[in-house]
Amino acid sequence: MSLAIEQILNGLQFGVMIFLLAAGLTLVFGIMGVINLAHGSLYMLGAFVAASAAGRGAPFVLAVLAGAGAAALAGVVMELVVIRRLYRREHLDQVLATFALILIANDGVAIAWGKTPVRMDVPGALTGAVTFAGLTYPTYRLLLIAAGLAVAAGLYVLISRTRLGMLIRAGATHRETVAALGVDIAKLNTIVFALGALLAGVAGALLAPILAVQVGMGEQILILTFVAIVVGGLGSIRGAFIGALLVGLVDTLGRAYIPVLLKPVAAPALADSLGGGLSAIAIYVLMAIVLVWKPRGLFPVGSR
Amino acid sequence: MLTFARASVAALLVLSLAGSAAFAADPPPLKIGMITTLSTAGGYLGEDMRDGFQLAIDEEHGKLGGVPVQVIVEDDGLKPANGKQIASKFLLQDKIQLFTGIIYSNVALQVVPDVVEAGAFYVSPNSGPSQLAGKGCNKNFFVVSWQNDTPHEATGQYAQYLGIKKMVVVAPNYTTGKDAINGFKRTYHGQIVEEIYTALDQTDYSAELARIRAANADGIYYFLPGGLGISFLKQFTQAGLKKTMKVVLPEFSLENHVIGAVGNDAEDLYGTAHWLEDLPFAANKKFVTEYIGKYHREPTPYASQGYDTAKLIASALRAVNGDLSKADAFRAALRKADFQSTRGAFKFGPNQYPIQDWYSMKVVRDPKTQKLQLRGVGKIMRDTGDVYSGACKMT
Repeated sequence: MSLAIEQILNGLQFGVMIFLLAAGLTLVFGIMGVINLAHGSLYMLGAFVAASAAGRGAPFVLAVLAGAGAAALAGVVMELVVIRRLYRREHLDQVLATFALILIANDGVAIAWGKTPVRMDVPGALTGAVTFAGLTYPTYRLLLIAAGLAVAAGLYVLISRTRLGMLIRAGATHRETVAALGVDIAKLNTIVFALGALLAGVAGALLAPILAVQVGMGEQILILTFVAIVVGGLGSIRGAFIGALLVGLVDTLGRAYIPVLLKPVAAPALADSLGGGLSAIAIYVLMAIVLVWKPRGLFPVGSR
Repeated sequence: MLTFARASVAALLVLSLAGSAAFAADPPPLKIGMITTLSTAGGYLGEDMRDGFQLAIDEEHGKLGGVPVQVIVEDDGLKPANGKQIASKFLLQDKIQLFTGIIYSNVALQVVPDVVEAGAFYVSPNSGPSQLAGKGCNKNFFVVSWQNDTPHEATGQYAQYLGIKKMVVVAPNYTTGKDAINGFKRTYHGQIVEEIYTALDQTDYSAELARIRAANADGIYYFLPGGLGISFLKQFTQAGLKKTMKVVLPEFSLENHVIGAVGNDAEDLYGTAHWLEDLPFAANKKFVTEYIGKYHREPTPYASQGYDTAKLIASALRAVNGDLSKADAFRAALRKADFQSTRGAFKFGPNQYPIQDWYSMKVVRDPKTQKLQLRGVGKIMRDTGDVYSGACKMT
């Protein structure tokens, strides 16, 4: 039983981290209509800057803030220089341009930090594990869950309770009206993009102590993020949250239980490798099922 | 105006002819085609290999075996199709007859057949796939590193030697991962309580770690090269599993880059390797000192393999004085392996894959500097070749 709870916590932790990435990506798509493949590069930058800051002796919280800040700043530059020119273009142009940004970002990071993975340690106070109700769980992963949920809650308040949030929501559904009412859409776009970049940077910085911080790390997680957004419904924060949690849980529980469930029915060697294969596609099966049932995802924009 | 244009074109033509004539007096350097992986997450492996290779050329001031060489490096981006394309450009356009560089076997399996069928030579600094070691062996294909299974056989042997009763084994779910686990099982005869296959782009291992905890084993072996292994080890330590399990790794998951990236999590890990930074051979000491001096980072097995590959090529180039048209003589010289390897004794088996010693190693803390370092413990296998060589009928 405690193993099942541990696996659910694992799924939750993975899910909230995907959410941090998905939130920014879906906002940018929902409001500006831009597919930003380079979102993972901002995540990578967050991780690298946080690792560098920590390596130079910065306390953990400061290192995470540095990573997040650097990603946000890079986001602003990216929006002003490149993304801004893509709003009126086709999705194919956007994909091409932002793919180019991935290549530039990867080589830029390789020049600045080298190709060798960079080190960042889990902060001393959080290295151990917590035991509660017969379950032992790493402290740092608990922190990740808490931090992820806190950011999600903050984002919820921002979007649903503040003036900026109102503009963001309105911008997603009634873009022309908002512009006609005299809102500076260009500025709103930059702010939204920077917000998304900030969240990606937070995810990168928080995950840096338990991942290989290296060139190309952004692409690995980007695919999962896209699946989460498609499942949740493009452009919706609520959708991104539910989608990310679903993807995190299905992926984790699939890896945890599919091989185990196959053991009684298949030969051991087959069960192990087939189980590995099936759990790798579990999230795509989830996506297919959701899309058959709700072609626009679970919570598409404007359906609230 | 027109005449001016004509005149300048003529002048340019004359100049360029003069230029080539001037070059003709000095024979052009021998071109070596290096197809390797420099981008993607595996990029640092190719970088180390390339830098090790270049170091051997620098020692001779631009020559290998007294023959001026020019290395043309292209990045395959870990894509077999890219590698194939680069190889055909090297063969047809640049007329290159000597190839090296590939890190990943999926790329090598696409490129090597093209190269050797064209009558050119391929000397592998890293990848040693089983498909090209047995029936598929070729007289123009040489491997300086190891056959892909052997690092895992050595690791299985070490796990056996350490007296680990129950093991968990982990590898990515693709051909090389399965080969690795099969290699491990060939020499480890204890109980394997859990066999876990992961995705190649996986970053989170929490689900697997919970399964590992539940399996109650006393040791773990994983083949997760580069970043995969770094993420896994960090999360494994975080989960507190290192307290109850011995970690025994092949060299891909336990080299200086990995130790640099995981920090203290590397303490007390066990591993095996065909090369170690502290091997006491003169050639190795020279290599390690020069490598650190030039690149300001610790060498890895990949770097040593690049260096050894260049040294082997140098020995054979010297024998034919750089004339690759004497293919038989060049091949015979390569087979002799008449060079000082950084890993000590080195010779080729009948399939032109290495026969060499394998070392056990451990990560220990240097009492003086407090830095974590890989240190050799002993020899775990002597003069070891591979299980496929018997099936090779070299023509």
